[in-house]
Amino acid sequence: MENLNLILPEIFISLSIMFLLILGVFKNDSSKITFNLSLFAILITTTITINETFSVTRETLFNESVVIDTMSSLMKILTLIGGFLVLVISSTYLKTFKIYNIEYPVLILSSILGMMVMISSNDLIVFYMGLELQSLALYVLATYNRDQLKSSEAGLKYFVLSALSSGLLLYGCSLVYGFSGSTNFDIISNQLNSNEYVLTFGIVFILVGLAFKISAVPFHMWAPDVYEGSPTTVTLFFTMVPKIAALTVFIRFLYVPFLNLIDQWQMIIIFLSIASMVFGAVAAIGQTNIKRLIAYSSIGHIGYTLAGLATASNEGIQSSIIYISIYVVMNLALFSCLLMLRRKDQYYEDIEDLSGLSKNHPLLSLCMLVILFSLAGIPPLAGFFAKFYIFKAVLEQSMFFLAIVGLLSTVVAAFYYLRIIKIIYFDKEKDKYDTDHSLWLKFSLTVSTILILLYFIFPSQLIEVVSRINII
Amino acid sequence: MNFPILSSLILLPIIGALFLFFTKDKEGNNLTAKYVALFTTVVNFLISIYLWISFDQSTSSFQFVEDRTWIEGFINYKVGVDGISILFIILTTFITPLCIISVNNSVKNRLRDFLIAILIMESFMIGVFCALDLVVFYLFFEAGLIPMFLIIGIWGGARRVYSAFKFFLYTLLGSVLMLVAIISIYWITGTTDVVQLYEIGIDVKYQNLLWLAFFSSFAVKTPMWPVHTWLPDAHVEAPTAGSVLLAAILLKMAGYGFIRFSLGLFPVASEVFTPLIYTLSVIAIIFTSLIALMQEDMKKLIAYSSVAHMGFVTLGIFTLQQQGIEGSIIQMISHGLVSAALFLTVGVVYDRMHSRLISTYGGLVSVIPKYSILFMLFALASLGLPGTSGFIGEFLILMGAFKDNFLVAVIASIGVILGAAYMLWLYKRVVFGKLINEDLKKMLDLNRSEYFILSCLAVPILFFGFYPDPLINTIEVSVTDLINTHNTNIASK
Repeated sequence: MENLNLILPEIFISLSIMFLLILGVFKNDSSKITFNLSLFAILITTTITINETFSVTRETLFNESVVIDTMSSLMKILTLIGGFLVLVISSTYLKTFKIYNIEYPVLILSSILGMMVMISSNDLIVFYMGLELQSLALYVLATYNRDQLKSSEAGLKYFVLSALSSGLLLYGCSLVYGFSGSTNFDIISNQLNSNEYVLTFGIVFILVGLAFKISAVPFHMWAPDVYEGSPTTVTLFFTMVPKIAALTVFIRFLYVPFLNLIDQWQMIIIFLSIASMVFGAVAAIGQTNIKRLIAYSSIGHIGYTLAGLATASNEGIQSSIIYISIYVVMNLALFSCLLMLRRKDQYYEDIEDLSGLSKNHPLLSLCMLVILFSLAGIPPLAGFFAKFYIFKAVLEQSMFFLAIVGLLSTVVAAFYYLRIIKIIYFDKEKDKYDTDHSLWLKFSLTVSTILILLYFIFPSQLIEVVSRINII
Repeated sequence: MNFPILSSLILLPIIGALFLFFTKDKEGNNLTAKYVALFTTVVNFLISIYLWISFDQSTSSFQFVEDRTWIEGFINYKVGVDGISILFIILTTFITPLCIISVNNSVKNRLRDFLIAILIMESFMIGVFCALDLVVFYLFFEAGLIPMFLIIGIWGGARRVYSAFKFFLYTLLGSVLMLVAIISIYWITGTTDVVQLYEIGIDVKYQNLLWLAFFSSFAVKTPMWPVHTWLPDAHVEAPTAGSVLLAAILLKMAGYGFIRFSLGLFPVASEVFTPLIYTLSVIAIIFTSLIALMQEDMKKLIAYSSVAHMGFVTLGIFTLQQQGIEGSIIQMISHGLVSAALFLTVGVVYDRMHSRLISTYGGLVSVIPKYSILFMLFALASLGLPGTSGFIGEFLILMGAFKDNFLVAVIASIGVILGAAYMLWLYKRVVFGKLINEDLKKMLDLNRSEYFILSCLAVPILFFGFYPDPLINTIEVSVTDLINTHNTNIASK
């Protein structure tokens, strides 16, 4: 008999989704209660997962097709917290656009469920199921503001391109299955040997599919349009949560089944990393819409995360996970600021709308200052440490080219972050924005900014937690 | 455990800034905020004086060392001072209160935020000079960019945005290579602790590349020719207090870095690259002096003169002679005082006439005599007249240079003459001559606070000019030890 306790979080969240759907169908005006219940469900799931982290080192289930280990638990916790925060700060935005419906929390919960399956997968089929569950929920979320043309366009674009990448991914999976005779990661790892050249195609197809999901260059084309068109809260979700899951899967793929083939994939990852870092930095310079700019900046940040993965060392993986954790916090903070740019039920998304913000809203601008300098990687803020760990791991492997290109692209990237700061602090002021924000929005902004600002006082804690992840 | 005096020097301005942050911002002349900032910095100055008094001059080892685990098994928060760094700390704590007194007229809006930026800047600058761990040093070195960017960008002149960006990106570009070098040092030797690194030494085969990486950062910050172009822009656009901090202290971070890290950690590479430094320094001295001669804008002229003076400093450091290095340190201290004073004197007339162009002025001596006397003192100190601190520095540097390389020393001496030429010509055009511009007649002489600031700067300039012993005694043992270690390192490799 399998120990079903290990997948209790997934079971609980599936049951909650069903219950919330039934509740939504049978009860009128149930959006508020669904929101609250879904928050509650996420909280309980998080508690269960945290509880699990302390008791489990590595367990497998269902013929080793699902794995529960330290990395999966940590990444699930991160996903759940991300999902929770997105839900709590969305309500005002959704109400403004009159899309405060039960589907929103249910879709978010489903995609979280998909991601949790992805994170725990140790088998090609389980992985693919999880991936599709989260993707389908995300397509709908992208079009969620259905009365707006841009939102529908974003959803359609995302759907078409994502389906294409899923196809490639599936094709790669079938090639890998054909050469190894199994869909299980551990078995594949034992069966593969690097002499099979066709196998390289399989790996490349899988990497292309995954690179699409995390929007690494050159598979990033969808990101700016989708980020810009989707409702802001959904964009926030896009930039944080699916990336955590996709990164975990990336790590799992590279370091469990394909570890022996490191010569084949290392160059690909280095290329993806360098291309993303450089392109993300250069392309963001000309942007005028903040969400589009964030899309390019997130491409750049994914480049740094991939640089950690390219090192093929435990330090590298740990530094990538630290990077993505800090990035999630910075993103949350930045979007909280963005959601505060509201005047008379209208949200502002252009960089020009920030002009002279510091005169009317000194505290908000100070938060943005901290966040933007942190995103640019200036010490002593958290963003610097994230990059510092990555480059520490990269230089341990003597990959000087990667490190120097990465650091030079931070200088280019610093330019567009500085440009926003310039607009906030040096330019003429505009009208005031509303200040009656929800308590949760203020809370998430304050807490995340303080975390970014004061991370340098206690940097050891995060490292300690992450250092328990030893894949290789 | 002794009282953590260096950490309190670093933390005190931050606490002051926090306090200001929670006070209410008033429009106009916010006296409360100013007094709070002034009080904090004066207390900091007194602490640093106490530091100097209790400093043991007979040893070259680091004193007041604090060593705390920061990132487990990787970085320690380690600070300490020796004869080389202590003077820079005192310079920082001395200049900052003067900056704060001087903001009377130059900063019109958001005075509280300006003071917060200055206080945070002070804390980072002190951190740079007492960090004994490469990562901690880098952290402070880079963090200083944030407040300075805001000081130039928010309170600067017409082209402030361009200058702030140029300043930030130039410095950042130089520094990222240093970060690569620091992490590489960690992987080569297993530590980033400077004291341990002095003992272990770094393998000769890595030294050249690492030296170049550090050089890229320090050369931009110094600034050395040809990467000096950010400095005139930043100086001209920054408000007076910002220019003062920039010239008096920020530039010294690089000179200090050259002595502490380039010489200390990479002795062999320093020897190898001495010709490069000589060439760049000599070009800086001659070329920027000539540029300074042609300037129409007073602040720009002083900015170029800073580049030339820093050229002397780098020249002196890499003579690798006792006199040369001591001269460089004294020159840095002296330049810190003199350039601060010169920027403040320009600030004084700028506040009254709102013009920095030399052609606006002329014949000031008959209108504002007190000002003219002090201006003369600072101009003479800048060109290195005997009896001012500028002389001691330049003289020692040239003495070291003559020992090491005759040709370089001769060319550098020509730079001294050019320095006299542009400073005296500037003084002549501004202060002497006919009073043509009618508006100048209404100018008021120095008010009390300006008089106070400028006298505060004039006293040490004259005092150390006649009696440099306190400075030399403080640095002597450390420099001797540095040279000895350097020579044994070279001999053994």
